[in-house]
Amino acid sequence: MLVVKPFRMDIYLPIAELSVNAAVIVALGFAVGMMSGLFGVGGGFLTTPLLMFYGIPPAVAVASSATQVTGSSVSGAMAHFRRGGVDVKMGAVLVAGGVVGAGIGSVIFRALQNIGQIDVTITLIYVFFLTLVGVSMLVETTRTLRRQATGQKAKKSKRRGSILSALPGRMRFRAAGLYISPLAPFIIGLLVGVLTFVMGIGGGLIMVPVLIYMLGMSVTAVVGTSLFQIVFTTAAITLLHAVQSKTVDIVLAALLLVGGVIGAQVGARVAMNLPAEKLRMALAILVLVVAIRLLIGLTWQPENLYSVDVVGM
Amino acid sequence: MRSLKPLFVLLAALCFIPAPAGAQDRAIPPRLIADLSQSRIDIVYTFAGAELLVFGAVQYADGRLPEESPDVVIVVRGPPQSITVRRKSRVLGLWLNTDSVRFETAPSFFRAASSRPILDMVDERTAAIFELSPEFLQLSPTGADPDKVATFEEGFLRSRIEAALYGSSPDGVDLVENVLYQARIDIPSAVPVGTYTVEIHLIQDGEVAASTTRTIDVEKSGFERDVYVAAQRESLAYGIASVALALILGWTASAVIRR
Repeated sequence: MLVVKPFRMDIYLPIAELSVNAAVIVALGFAVGMMSGLFGVGGGFLTTPLLMFYGIPPAVAVASSATQVTGSSVSGAMAHFRRGGVDVKMGAVLVAGGVVGAGIGSVIFRALQNIGQIDVTITLIYVFFLTLVGVSMLVETTRTLRRQATGQKAKKSKRRGSILSALPGRMRFRAAGLYISPLAPFIIGLLVGVLTFVMGIGGGLIMVPVLIYMLGMSVTAVVGTSLFQIVFTTAAITLLHAVQSKTVDIVLAALLLVGGVIGAQVGARVAMNLPAEKLRMALAILVLVVAIRLLIGLTWQPENLYSVDVVGM
Repeated sequence: MRSLKPLFVLLAALCFIPAPAGAQDRAIPPRLIADLSQSRIDIVYTFAGAELLVFGAVQYADGRLPEESPDVVIVVRGPPQSITVRRKSRVLGLWLNTDSVRFETAPSFFRAASSRPILDMVDERTAAIFELSPEFLQLSPTGADPDKVATFEEGFLRSRIEAALYGSSPDGVDLVENVLYQARIDIPSAVPVGTYTVEIHLIQDGEVAASTTRTIDVEKSGFERDVYVAAQRESLAYGIASVALALILGWTASAVIRR
């Protein structure tokens, strides 16, 4: 699907401080954008590892892919908003949690960097969450597909788990169809915010199932609200990276965006003609493949056991 | 690249001008004349690495050529850094960073070129004093026992050589008629910015007979510089601009394609 022609257009990235082939980065953005359009996820979980693989320093890859996720999510968020598929109140609470979580994430990120365990931690977190999300998605879609095949009707699942509904102070979230304590989405936003900062992803992949299965949110508002939250949280994270670590490479982000936003539109078009459940199953498999690849990578003996961190000039 | 021939002719002529009075004494060492193809390397948006040409001539006392041919070593080094080198080992099947050594001064860039392999012309001690090649660098490690430091140094050199930041080429210097020399040093695109030094050493009879140093500035310029400076100084505005760019691009694409 991704055809990289032997066409070179070298561009020097001012923050990453190296020269890249712009065509490759745009193609990478396009491929990831296409995934995100197809599956309705941000695609950050693919961008960050791919950029690192291409040789972009991890800190720059994480920060710049957050910027790209902002751009590729905004059109989706707006489309859902027009259709009334965004619970703004719920989204705002999630964003508030997300910003606090990002702050916590930045502290954790730096601590791990100092003890030299950042790369392996990021990879392990990726493996853990991708496996979790991939397996649960796979199980769920297989079940649905089997039900569709046998013509059974879906059972209404009992929603809303124990602890979250016990939290104090309830609030009405109309579009979400919920009457719960705002603390619940705040905490969810916070946890996802930590992950977003450390992993450089939008978090939709994790947010969507959590909103559906833990909060019991109405499915019609979940994707829109999640995209709404992603736009604002990743925007806040871009600012945080820009001010704190100064690792946002605007040129890199722009190249990714040019490919990404076009890919997202193309992907969305293609997705319209495909059955949703099969798409979700394909996404589940893709997610699991990425997780397994990352895990295997950790168990292979690296060619050079030594790595160099620059402490100061 | 422009032709350097006229320059070489001039330099060659210069070498045969008798040295000033009092130079009859045989103890007077030769002089090294050196120049670089450029005094600065500008990193602009199309920068994909550069080639630095180091050239010059040896001016012998009395203008007499030596019987045995001398050697020239050229070393280009970037600004020093302090670094931490980490080593991975297997823990529960996974490869994790488990050990580290800190080095206080390691050049961020180090490329050496010589007319012959280093140890064919000098002994190890001299090679270490003048740091004539990556493996002779003095990295000032902190703490740790010498055996451990040695293995970490080896791993460090390997990483840097793989990243094309360090290197040595034992036949990288062309010596013409024992007088003119030139070397081309590759500067990859991923080099750190700063002031680089170019050291040129003339080696005779296993000793460094003459040395000279030039500097070259590697700096971002134009758009690259503006972006970098903005990110450093106006980081909040830079961040807002990045977000705005993302929002505008995302929104425009959806607006354009929906039509």
